[in-house]
Amino acid sequence: MLSDTDWSAIRLTLELASVTTALLLVIGTPIAWWLARTRSAWKGAVGAVVALPIVLPPTVIGFYLLVTMGPNGPVGQLTQSLGLGVLPFTFAGLVVASVFYSLPFVVQPIQNAFEAIGERPLEAAATLRASPIDSFFSVVLPLARPGYLTASVLGFAHTVGEFGVVLMIGGNIPDKTRVVSVQIYDHVEAMDYASAHWLSAGMVAFSFVVLLLLYTLNPSGRRA
Amino acid sequence: MQIRLSPLFAGLVVLGLSAPLHAAEVQVAVAANFTAPMQKIAADFEQATGHQAKLAFGATGKFYAQIKNGAPFEVLLAADDETPAKLEKEGAAVSGSRFTYAIGQLALWSAKPGYVDDKGAVLKQGAFDHLAIANPKLAPYGAAAVETLTKLGLLSGLESKFVQGENIAQTFQFVSTGNAELGFVALSQVVEGGKLKSGSAWIVPANLHSPIRQDVVVLAKGKDNPAAAALVRFLKTDTARAVIKSYGYEL
Repeated sequence: MLSDTDWSAIRLTLELASVTTALLLVIGTPIAWWLARTRSAWKGAVGAVVALPIVLPPTVIGFYLLVTMGPNGPVGQLTQSLGLGVLPFTFAGLVVASVFYSLPFVVQPIQNAFEAIGERPLEAAATLRASPIDSFFSVVLPLARPGYLTASVLGFAHTVGEFGVVLMIGGNIPDKTRVVSVQIYDHVEAMDYASAHWLSAGMVAFSFVVLLLLYTLNPSGRRA
Repeated sequence: MQIRLSPLFAGLVVLGLSAPLHAAEVQVAVAANFTAPMQKIAADFEQATGHQAKLAFGATGKFYAQIKNGAPFEVLLAADDETPAKLEKEGAAVSGSRFTYAIGQLALWSAKPGYVDDKGAVLKQGAFDHLAIANPKLAPYGAAAVETLTKLGLLSGLESKFVQGENIAQTFQFVSTGNAELGFVALSQVVEGGKLKSGSAWIVPANLHSPIRQDVVVLAKGKDNPAAAALVRFLKTDTARAVIKSYGYEL
């Protein structure tokens, strides 16, 4: 059925998706907040940048990440001067790529949730002398919970489903960058269809269950 | 809804129909390592015969899966001799059409000039983070690289530094962008007109790995296509052989 390398790919994929989702919730919240509240002329541009990974082919993202994070690229030069080495072929590199790649799937549901809350609860909190930070944590976050649920599930699932970018910058290293989607690709190319079926069917089942849970527990999340 | 053909479109259709009868098209699957020479050969082929070769490049294993599942390829230029033989045995290729069109040469290459010495001693020093190879499960050049390292007794020491490309083109890309300091690529990728294009390389002696025989075969879908037969014939001409040799292949 599943070999040791399959299990290690599954473990790695879950790890990557968890770390990525956690980071995205932290990074995505201020971006979503700003996008939901701002009247700045930059709103359109920032929103467009956040949404880019939805429309860009993974090859474009993978290619640019490989070049910019490589030893001659600007990001690569920076990480090298910080003593971090270069990011391609590392787990950290995959995390950076996934954060970028899954960003819209986390920011947009949270942004929608923030927009749906509107100004009034915040004004009410302010009249009760809640500081902005206090009202964010005790008013906004609880009200935005469905948005956060949707964002977490989509961010996680989308990272699990990532393939093209990982293929381009991962280098297929066991336990470091060989995630399930790449492992399936290897099985298919090596004509080991039985192993490919086990993992692929597992992915279908996993994705279905995740979306089913999302739509059942959080019907309003569908809009996001 | 009314559908109208624009005059331009109608003109194109007429043009298409009036093209000479003997000029046919052939869909060709080409192993990634043979990309550069095949582009030249296809241009020569078109000039010489009027036929058009439509090329797709990729990993041989992937092509096998696609061909077995109905891909419209008519000729396969594989990176090995096993896949064409297998396709022939399984009835997916025309029997008797198979032959070796090139013998591949493995090269250890770095994008940095002077990094790889001409004896490959850089491998023994091991002062690098990443050694790129093609996935040995999928790509003959990857398998040859592993074989070479095994013979040199360096495999276990270097395995942890492997980064794998899914085919030889991606392996080349890892090295050319500098993300891997060096890697085993096909000599054809780094040589043009008999000269190294950039960086530094060690041409791995042929006795360190079994020969990379690359076979071509006419696939079942190309059985009755005159352009498929013509292309395979063309690969044996002096014109084509000169191109193949200039990229560092043996014949």
